[in-house]
Formats: sequence, C-alpha cells, structure tokens
Amino acid sequence: MNWASWSDFFAMGGYGFYVWGSYLVFLLCIIGEIVLIINRRRTLHKQLSLIHKATKQEMSNETTP
Amino acid sequence: MAINWFKYSSPPSFYSLAGKMIPLFSITSIVLFALGLYIGFFVAPTDFQQSEAYRIIFIHVPAAWMSMFLYLIMAGWAAIGLAFNTRLSSMIATAIAPTGAMFTFLALWTGAFWGKPMWGTWWVWDARLTSELILLFLYIGFMALQAAIDDPRRADKAGAVIALVGVVNIPIIYFSVKWWNTLHQGATVSLTQSPKMATTMLTGMLIMSLACWMYSIAVILMRTRTIILERERNTMWVSDLQGAA
Repeated sequence: MNWASWSDFFAMGGYGFYVWGSYLVFLLCIIGEIVLIINRRRTLHKQLSLIHKATKQEMSNETTP
Repeated sequence: MAINWFKYSSPPSFYSLAGKMIPLFSITSIVLFALGLYIGFFVAPTDFQQSEAYRIIFIHVPAAWMSMFLYLIMAGWAAIGLAFNTRLSSMIATAIAPTGAMFTFLALWTGAFWGKPMWGTWWVWDARLTSELILLFLYIGFMALQAAIDDPRRADKAGAVIALVGVVNIPIIYFSVKWWNTLHQGATVSLTQSPKMATTMLTGMLIMSLACWMYSIAVILMRTRTIILERERNTMWVSDLQGAA
C-alpha cells in the first residue's frame, strides 16, 4: 500500500498535475469515443425507422384499391 | 469438413456475430482495466528515480503500442479489401482509424505530460516523438480522405492506398530509438532479453495493454456494425432488422 492517505494519493509525490492530467484525458477520450459511437447508432436508427415507415406507407398505399 | 472462410465476410452474418462478441470484449476490458490500475497504483512501488511520475507509464506505453498495432491492422484490412474487393474488410479498416488516432493522440499527450517533469519540456523534435506525430497525421489523413469521397467503394480504395503507404512509418517509430540518438529512452520491453523492469511494474503495464486491446476490439466492432448499417440501409436484411426492432 503506497499511500498514507487520500490526499497523499492525489498529491502523487508532487507530480499529481502530470499524472492526473494524463489519466483524466485518457478517461475523457475513452468515454468520448464510446458516447460518439452510441450517438451515431442512435441517429442512424432514427433514420432507418423513418425509411422503414416510409416504405411501409408506400406499400399500403399501393395495395388499397 | 471444409471451413467456409467467407461465412462471416457477409455483412449480415458478421453483424450478428459482432453483436454477440461486443459484450464479451467490453467486460474483459473493464476487468483488465480495473486490475491493471490497481496494480499500477497500489502494488507497484515508488520508482527510486522518478518517484510517482513514472505511473504515467501504465497508459503511455499501452497507448503507444496500440497506436502502432492498430495502424498495421488497419492497413492489413485495407489491403485485403483492396485485393479481394470485399467491402466488409474495408469497413473494418474505416472503423479502426478513429480508435487508432485516439491512441496516437493519447501516446503524445501522456508522453508530453511525462516529459515536462522528467525532461523539462512538453515537446522536442526527437525521432520517436516526431514519427509518432506523423502517425497521427496519417490517421487523420486517412479519415479525411475517406470523408472527402462520396462513393464508399472509391473512398475505400483511396483509403487503402494511404494506409499502405503509411505502413513504412511504423518500423521507423519502433526502431527510431535505436537508429538515432534520441532523448526518448530505448526499448525497455523485449521478447528476447530478460525484463529490465520491476515485475509488478511490468505486470501492471502488460495488463493495461491487454485492457486497451480488448477495449479497442469492442469499440471497433461497435463502429463496424454502425458502418454496416449505414452502408446497407437500403437492403432487405436491414429493413427486416428495422421492422423487427
């Protein structure tokens, strides 16, 4: 166990800014990438459902006499 | 029993296979990240020279390895797509680029945040750092080129060319510390010699590298599935999928 206390842990031997500056950006990039992909999928599904409704609408128009 | 190699090269079957594999890789990467970070911060001792600043190694080295590894994988899939005209291969190459660019940026960022306290500077035009920066431009160039071409199949071909041309940069990055007199340190981890790192530090770093690898597979599979749906939006199987949803 390297750390006497939480504040010792965050101080990181005086290099806290550099270590946490690295880990924070690492975390932000990972989360950012996942959020971007989920967002991309969601907008795509919206478009696909619109296309699907439109085609179903056309099909039902054609069939009714 | 002849193996049907091309079963999963058809987008619909790959789409369902990837869907099943994503949770597996996501959970593995979360577990490995937790384990790697625990070892990195609570098991690995303080370094006699750099005290605690060296703990950046647990994300700097994995990010750098992934940036090179993912570029080779991207170029590989791009080459297969170009050679065999298999559009799914090119989709995978397109899906890899953003994650590769992210890890390249992270390698540069964490390297700079490590360099400032240890070298006294954020950046120096050192062979290792400069070739890694060129790698970032290659990734961005690949994505920009593909985005600039409307027809996906032509964009795939153009992307494949830039990906293959850029492959020469990977050995340059890797051996830059040996060929030139660089400020960046030489290769510490080698498959042939005995380890030059303390065991717990090395273990933590390797586990974090595996975690980044599992993460990359999960994220790239997710992006590939999205690209498949985007490119095949007008096909029957997608509308059936959509109808079912």
